[in-house]
Amino acid sequence: MTGYLWIIIALPLAGALFNHLFGRRIGETRAAGPAILAVLGSFGFAAVAARDFFISADASEEAVAVVHLFDWIPGLGARAELLWDPLSATMTLVVTGVGALIHIYSVGYMHGDPRFGRFFTYLNLFIASMLILVLANNFALLFVGWELVGLCSYLLISFWYTRPSAAAAGKKAFVVNRIGDFGFMVALMVIFLSFGTLSYTEVLHDPGTVIGVGTATAIGLLLLVGAAGKSAQLPLHVWLPDAMEGPTPVSALIHAATMVTAGVYMVARCAAIFGLSDVAGGVVATVGALTALLAATIAIAQRDIKRVLAYSTISQLGYMFMAVGVAGYVAGLFHLVTHAVFKALLFLGAGSVIHAMADQQDMNRMGGLRRKLPLTHATMLIATLSIAGIPPLAGFWSKDEILAVMFYAGGYYTVLWAVGLVTALLTAFYMARQYFMVFAGESRWDAGVEPHESPRVMTIPLVILGALTLVIGFVNTPFRLSFEHFLDPVFHSVPVSHAPEDGFLLAALALVSVAAGLVGILIAFLIYGRASEEVRERLLGRVRRPLMAWEHGYWIDDVYGKLIVKPGSRIAEWSAGALDQRAIDGLVNGVGVAVRRLGARLQPLQSGFVRTYGALLAGGALLVVGWIVVRGICHERGLHPHSAQPGAGGRRQSRDAHPGTAPGAGAAPRGGAQPASGPTRRWAVPGVRAGRGGIPVGRAVRLDRSPGGRLASGRRRYLAAPGPPDDRPGSGRPGRVRRHQSPGTAVRRHEPAARGGPYRGVPVARPVPLLRLLRGDPGPDGVHHRHLGE
Amino acid sequence: MIVTAGWYMTLAAILFLIGAGGLLLRRNALVMFMSVELMLNAVNLTFVAAARAHGDIGGQMAVLFVLVVAAAEVAVGLAIIVSIFRSRRTASVDELSELSG
Repeated sequence: MTGYLWIIIALPLAGALFNHLFGRRIGETRAAGPAILAVLGSFGFAAVAARDFFISADASEEAVAVVHLFDWIPGLGARAELLWDPLSATMTLVVTGVGALIHIYSVGYMHGDPRFGRFFTYLNLFIASMLILVLANNFALLFVGWELVGLCSYLLISFWYTRPSAAAAGKKAFVVNRIGDFGFMVALMVIFLSFGTLSYTEVLHDPGTVIGVGTATAIGLLLLVGAAGKSAQLPLHVWLPDAMEGPTPVSALIHAATMVTAGVYMVARCAAIFGLSDVAGGVVATVGALTALLAATIAIAQRDIKRVLAYSTISQLGYMFMAVGVAGYVAGLFHLVTHAVFKALLFLGAGSVIHAMADQQDMNRMGGLRRKLPLTHATMLIATLSIAGIPPLAGFWSKDEILAVMFYAGGYYTVLWAVGLVTALLTAFYMARQYFMVFAGESRWDAGVEPHESPRVMTIPLVILGALTLVIGFVNTPFRLSFEHFLDPVFHSVPVSHAPEDGFLLAALALVSVAAGLVGILIAFLIYGRASEEVRERLLGRVRRPLMAWEHGYWIDDVYGKLIVKPGSRIAEWSAGALDQRAIDGLVNGVGVAVRRLGARLQPLQSGFVRTYGALLAGGALLVVGWIVVRGICHERGLHPHSAQPGAGGRRQSRDAHPGTAPGAGAAPRGGAQPASGPTRRWAVPGVRAGRGGIPVGRAVRLDRSPGGRLASGRRRYLAAPGPPDDRPGSGRPGRVRRHQSPGTAVRRHEPAARGGPYRGVPVARPVPLLRLLRGDPGPDGVHHRHLGE
Repeated sequence: MIVTAGWYMTLAAILFLIGAGGLLLRRNALVMFMSVELMLNAVNLTFVAAARAHGDIGGQMAVLFVLVVAAAEVAVGLAIIVSIFRSRRTASVDELSELSG
């Protein structure tokens, strides 16, 4: 059965591909149908595959499976392997179950959107990515899923990208998540460095034998950075409230139920590592507690219905971090599951309200919707009571278990328990406030708004989720710890904190937390439910300062803007302007300008006169041959080529000094060159050698064992133009070429001696005596010319 | 008197310089062409001479290549010269200086 586990991932992936290719053309029903069926299929498959986990502990142990798909990066221990154990099964069922309901809901919510098909592409891609994340059997594959869900989150937050705020929110989520991912990647590097593999099977099996407490703490804290980014914990929580710019189903699916819980899942998955380090666990719990409290206070002062829920999500995630921080993994995961259900319900209900109010999200413009939206109201009320911790709803059981675990851990954690209790009170308060502002009291709607209940395709998921909220808490009550036993195979080898066994203590703790919830609801009722407008204004006026701070989220965004974003954009502007445009572009442009100027200077060289080119060629060839000769001379005299200064005195001296030291007697030519005939060789050697191979002048020189001076002079004669001895550079002959014109053409004169130009420095005039040799009768101007055909 | 490779080299050098001089000094394209041929053949002479002296067939191989290239060059070059002459009634390279920079 588990051999086919890959189908769970493949189904939504195929759905995404389908909608990507055809979603635009086939209409809404046919686009959404396969998408929903794919997720439902995954859910059904996962449920069947998880069957053994439900039977008994023994069957469960046996059912844990590692499914090897293919070798991906074996060197990293990163094989494409899926891990199927109760933990991944739980996550898979939550993701696909809640995901399927939200898919169905989206059909109604996104109805009429021009990019309907694309929306379902992204949703299906998200489900597939999330399943990769939770089913991975190594950190590398986990990271792949981790980044893919981040990508989907980005795509879906900025789904309505024409709204600048949505585009900015997507960007913000992406950037903030990169910060977390940085810590996560470093954690993976430390893990690989310590263990030599990234595979769960090896890393998480008794890691205490491989790493010490210090390394475990480092890994744990780095993992926490990653988890804080993805799960919106302090100080990286700032992206989640802005993520509410996305469509509401996205907020429900990604930013409440599934993706943001990835951090909790990851900490629970790495329980073996966190179990080694009390410090890491304590930091996780502290971060969670602080986040829970801070986000709850901020939620109190929000006016946007979705922002309340966003901060509520951050706060509830803080609870989960608190729990997994003290090794209360079962409590944390239990809250993860129940929260996924009732927070998805809250978001979908809020979406239904927004839908009814024609995209109005300000709770000050709502009120009195109880009668208009009966189903939405009923389900929202259930979810509100659940998150407030009122028994027997789901939130009560899970939150109570977390608080009990915190209290039972004792010591420092008692402080965190108190923080959790205060947060529970605040949670009940802001959720009740939202309920009263939206559903109770007078209507404060905008003119022209006619609230109506949402279509059935939206309310049915609400009802299902509402029913789940009623019952799902019973999977793990103190009377019957089914969920804990279910997860036993995962955590049986790591230290796990439990709620106290003592029934009396447990009941007392439950009483306290329920009391806190009731007090919160009562206060909210007094302020927002019963009090008149003026009384409320007066009451709130007394706490204006904290309310201001809460409404602006403690100005954390502004602080980040000043401390990080502004310097960052300054640096970016500087690099874009001064560095890139001036320095780097200046360098590039400067090269271009230099080349152009050089070209302008060299342009006269291309005069269009073929004979000029010929002269340049000949001159160049002479220079090269001359250089070779000079090198040969220097070599023969044992001088270094580049320090050589050929001169008459030096040559004479060397000729006398080293007649017999020319090396290379054995390097005589193989063939017919006879060593006896001196002058012949003098002529032959440079020509053959330099003409063929170019450089081995050293050998060429070695051939000739005659005194160097004679060789040199002979070679010189060979190179020079065979003219009269007075025909040498600087002998005073003016380099002048004059042309005759055919009738009708303009007179052109070339006076290089006077004008410089292409002939400058080129011994073009020197062969003129040769002309006399070649030609019988030089004309008066010393140039012969004849036209073809004349 | 034994005619060694050096003699051939000397002859080749003289031929080469005659060709070079003609190339540089004549302005009739056809005559320049002939000068180029002279230079090529001077080089060919050094190749065969050296090949003979060293007992290496490589030089003669090179000569064959040079001959082929020279033939191609003549075919193309003559065609160009003829067509230029047809259109301009001159083959003086000094008149054909439009391709200046």
